[in-house]
Amino acid sequence: MKNGSLRPIVAIVPVIAAVLFGRVLPTWTLSLATVAASNALVALGIVILARTGNVSFGQGLFFAAGGYSVALIANASGITDAVMQVLMGAACGGLLGLVIGPLIARYSGIFFGMLTLALSMVFYAALVKTTALGGSDGFNVVRPSLFGTTFSDPREADFMLYAISVATTGFAGIAAMILFRSEFGLVSLAVRENNLRVEYLGISSHRVITVNFAIAATFAGAAGAFALMAQRHIDPQFSYWTTSGEFVFVAVLAGYESVAAVFIASLTLELVRSFSNLYLPNTWQLVLGMFLLAVILLLPDGIGSLWGRKRLRNVTPAKAVAAADAEVQP
Amino acid sequence: MNFILTVILDGLIQASWLFVVALGLTLVFGVLKILNVAHGSFYALGAYVAATAVTTVAAHSLPPVFGFVAMLLSVALIASAIGLLLERGLLKMFYGRDEVVLLLVTYAVFLVLEDVTKLVWGVNPIYATQPYELFGNVEFAGLYYVAYDLALIPISAAVGFSVWFGLNRTVAGKIVSAVIHNEEMSVSMGVKVNRVYAGAFAFGILLAALGGALTAPKISMQPGLSSDVIILSFAIVVIGGLGSVEGAAVGSILVGLARAASVHLLPQAELFMIYLIMAAVLVFRPEGLFKRETARRI
Repeated sequence: MKNGSLRPIVAIVPVIAAVLFGRVLPTWTLSLATVAASNALVALGIVILARTGNVSFGQGLFFAAGGYSVALIANASGITDAVMQVLMGAACGGLLGLVIGPLIARYSGIFFGMLTLALSMVFYAALVKTTALGGSDGFNVVRPSLFGTTFSDPREADFMLYAISVATTGFAGIAAMILFRSEFGLVSLAVRENNLRVEYLGISSHRVITVNFAIAATFAGAAGAFALMAQRHIDPQFSYWTTSGEFVFVAVLAGYESVAAVFIASLTLELVRSFSNLYLPNTWQLVLGMFLLAVILLLPDGIGSLWGRKRLRNVTPAKAVAAADAEVQP
Repeated sequence: MNFILTVILDGLIQASWLFVVALGLTLVFGVLKILNVAHGSFYALGAYVAATAVTTVAAHSLPPVFGFVAMLLSVALIASAIGLLLERGLLKMFYGRDEVVLLLVTYAVFLVLEDVTKLVWGVNPIYATQPYELFGNVEFAGLYYVAYDLALIPISAAVGFSVWFGLNRTVAGKIVSAVIHNEEMSVSMGVKVNRVYAGAFAFGILLAALGGALTAPKISMQPGLSSDVIILSFAIVVIGGLGSVEGAAVGSILVGLARAASVHLLPQAELFMIYLIMAAVLVFRPEGLFKRETARRI
């Protein structure tokens, strides 16, 4: 959390500024920023969950669940309002998270990651083979509207999406900052350090993980709605493991300390991707991979560590104690 | 009756090459504690190298036996070289970091290798069918099989046995087992853990590439090969227990049978079934079928 000295409420100012800034941005950056904001929202969920010590490799599940349910509702009932779609996506993701969370909270470390990956792949495999939902091709949805207005001018439509996604992700970020400082957020950190000791204090670590998991799922569901609106198309790729991998990539790129870093990391990734896509169309994955390696090597604690050093140093003694504890045990 | 036999034979054929690939993945995890996402890329690399070797041999109008041998040799050579290079040149720099970070490092390697294979071999499907006809066809209890497919079963059994024998009955294998069980203790006993790491990683990569080479005559090589295989071998090692050789064997037989059964009964459900099994195993026995539970700190 960079803004250690900043009150979370003040962070509304940069969010509003970012939304207004979209008016002067060229069109191609608008859609790029929309995708970046949507990915950042999922990665923010992963960061929130990672504070309990668990990394989900299956956020694609909630991303796809949000996207598919919004797409189906839009096609069936004609609800095309962008804000409604985001809310529905978030609700679907969150509900699914509440169902899966309690099951998954029993696991930790690599098993947690593997189980979330397995669930997202089950969903992927089911989607690919469901011909009613277009199978591996997916299906199209109509252009979103806002409060009854439809946007025929593509630039206006792009700006509308940009504004909604940046505002939503920004407010989610502010909520995360408040969450991190709250008692619950601090307990989440304690669960990462040692969940049994948390249980001794009379707090259910399962419940802490479940709630964090549901929050992450809600964010991923809302992001699924953004991705759907931006592409006006959905397919099972939403739930494939490479999609989930990219979200974890953004989270690790950001580091687990700063909310602002998540947005910067996501934007950086999208910029690297689209520029290498533009200039090196056949080797953009190669460039992306090299970039990822370079960041992991040069910025071990993520982009957030560029300005979060002081906080990190404060954390170190606790880590040292934990490490010493681990060594004492046979 | 015939139907059951078909499913079992098909399942075992599937299981045999999957086992070779998954064995590599589980060994790398056991020794280095890295879940190698790029494992599937080495499978694809093996398949492509094998295809090149086979077509080169065929172009010189040598008999297909040479193609088969050349394919195995070239794959072994290239895979172990790349494995050593990667471990010493890249992975070494990230040891001691969080396991998620190491996983992402291999994810980056996966991305890079995807493009490298595309650059070298292009995006059009490549075939290398010559060795497939090598052993002819056989009739087995009224069913006709390509003998090459059936030959995969004893080949992979031999690979599995050699690995088991090597790990449990040789000095080098005992050292590797020691590193798997307790790295710090082995260091203090004078084991050169660096070498074990490099060797184990290269050997794991070699097995992935070997799996690719063995299947190369059966399939068409095209982009996307690696991400499907990694997802199957993940399921296998998780079902069997990460780091367990016996687990990889049982896991691949389960996955192979599940694949064969769903191909014959319910083709839509193939990948779905496999991941359902994986999720079920994780829910009821998160350590996998074959791994002992470990003590934790309180």
